[in-house]
Amino acid sequence: MKIHEFQAKDVLRGFGARVPRGEVTDDPAEAAEICRDYGGRCVVKAQIHAGGRGKGGGVKVALSPEEAELLAGEILGMQLVTHQTGPEGQQVREVLIEEALQIEQELYLGVTLDRAAERPVLMASRSGGMDIEEVARTDPDAILRELIDPQLGVLPFQCRRVAAGLGYSGGTARQIQAAVASVVAAYLETDASLVEINPLMVDRGGDVYTLDAKMTFDDNAMFRRREIAELRDIHEENPLEVEASRHGISYIKLDGNIGCMVNGAGLAMATMDIIKLYGAEPANFLDVGGSASQEAVESAFRIILSDASVKAVLINIFGGIARTDRIARGVVAAIEGLAAADTPVKVPVVVRLEGTNVEEGREVLERADFDFIVAGGMADAAEQAVAALETRTMGA
Amino acid sequence: MSILVDRDTRLIVQGITGREGLFHAMGCRDYGTQVVGGVTPGKGGSTVEGFPVWDSVRKARDAADCNATLIFVPPPFAADAIMEAADAGVELIVCITEGIPVSDMVRIKSFLAGRNSRLLGPNCPGLITPGEAKVGIMPGHIHARGNVGVISRSGTLTYEAVWQLTNEGLGQTTCVGIGGDPINGTSFIDVLSLFAADEKTEAIVLIGEIGGTAEEEAAAWIRRRLDIPVVGFIAGATAPPGRRMGHAGAIVAGGKGTAAEKKKALEAAGVLVVDSPAEMGARVAGALAS
Repeated sequence: MKIHEFQAKDVLRGFGARVPRGEVTDDPAEAAEICRDYGGRCVVKAQIHAGGRGKGGGVKVALSPEEAELLAGEILGMQLVTHQTGPEGQQVREVLIEEALQIEQELYLGVTLDRAAERPVLMASRSGGMDIEEVARTDPDAILRELIDPQLGVLPFQCRRVAAGLGYSGGTARQIQAAVASVVAAYLETDASLVEINPLMVDRGGDVYTLDAKMTFDDNAMFRRREIAELRDIHEENPLEVEASRHGISYIKLDGNIGCMVNGAGLAMATMDIIKLYGAEPANFLDVGGSASQEAVESAFRIILSDASVKAVLINIFGGIARTDRIARGVVAAIEGLAAADTPVKVPVVVRLEGTNVEEGREVLERADFDFIVAGGMADAAEQAVAALETRTMGA
Repeated sequence: MSILVDRDTRLIVQGITGREGLFHAMGCRDYGTQVVGGVTPGKGGSTVEGFPVWDSVRKARDAADCNATLIFVPPPFAADAIMEAADAGVELIVCITEGIPVSDMVRIKSFLAGRNSRLLGPNCPGLITPGEAKVGIMPGHIHARGNVGVISRSGTLTYEAVWQLTNEGLGQTTCVGIGGDPINGTSFIDVLSLFAADEKTEAIVLIGEIGGTAEEEAAAWIRRRLDIPVVGFIAGATAPPGRRMGHAGAIVAGGKGTAAEKKKALEAAGVLVVDSPAEMGARVAGALAS
């Protein structure tokens, strides 16, 4: 789960981070008021979950309250396009108005899971403001790393080592140490999967501020982090993906036109891969869950077909514990249910069923009042789905 | 021969009074596994479907001398269940539960260090030695006894591979699902080294996914230590970066963990990598024939 910059800063402030004064608003007139409170100079920052807001025109400096009002008016409501939003962009619903500070140096601080070490790792770099992945590629030695003991948290000597490694001493170093301690505490105590302060800014007076902040959280831990879970903003999420998760379905929209319905995440990815091998593109990742119940299949159909670019559907179910004939009945009932609800399935549907009672399962499909294309294996299924797509495209 | 589970496995099921737990306890027993009972705190002393129920893993261990446990406890309580089993000294802990917080797994790993228990999973289908013991949720009947070892991060994709093998007339020594989470108890390398020491295993199928570097580490190990054929498949070549593909661990993050990198590493180690998931079985047959 992702949250907005202003929310992340609130969370970090709670763990002792020094954050510039700021307030969030959806009203340009109020933006001017806030700017006036900060001495007539401020930064107007679009609040969307995607990164790259500055380059996309979502972060601007205002030198007067009037300019703050003007800029806030421009940014609010815009479809902000960044490298992370896709070409359609993301609508800006709120802006953060923040006091403008004099930047001397921009640093990077981040905490995430080191999967190989199986514990959290703190990363720090003097290349703040830049994409850390780019730094990792071009100059890996520029990144300081400290593994964190999950029981003990970050230790004082590690904080000192980071501050010294970044080239600071004296009061500024002590403030960096405090920033390191707060970012690690925030990571550990909120079940975060990523905390990133980029940049951590040193101003001309040597004071250290959290200038931009990003936090993402472990969805699986949100049951015990209610205060974090409440920060979720579903406006920022794909509506189809939200709808899918409500039915226990894992769905991710992609750019192709063969809709996929598969049980199991690994098999779902493999199905996407084999579609590509046969020359087409998958329209989505979709895991209906291990049992592929009638209800789940019906919901999955609705979700897949609400994507207008879907021109064919490939169902690939490996009936393990759930018997294949029962799954086949579920698929047929789902199609009948959609027809009865006046939303009939109009695209070709290729079904590949395998596992227990597969013969009966195929018979159920043959007998159904719908023209399924029944496939024999994964390769056959992909080939038939691509062929169905081509026939359809030629006919159209 | 086989690895990890066989006729002598004495299994308990933690969460045996739950719907899933009971269903699969019966499924394992039907397959022929010695399921000696189960654990549900607060329900000790009762019996379900002929299985004795104990309040704690320690009591189960004392009463029934179990050496393996299969866990179906819901995510908020699963970490405790794993650590309780390790504390009781159960040698093999198989955790099916999906959705355990990563921070719990970090703590579990440091709890397990220095103890004698092996954790398999979480978020895995379990493992099976065909004809001897099924400790998991996989459909038993698709398997056959034979000489191929299977290791996978996935569930149904593993069934797909096994089904292809069985249809090629190739049985399996043991099939092991290590799970789809970012941190798991048993790694590819752990299982590879067990297969390497197993005389019966003559070929291995390794099924990986995008995310992390477990496949790259496995590749380095295979190059140095393994001289039987390994057929590999990596799921997720078409997955967009930054998106979690169902499994918590299946994500290309920071440009790392792509299918292309993993395939390259495995090929460099001499693994026969197939691009099509439909060719896993045939490729093993080809490798064993030559």
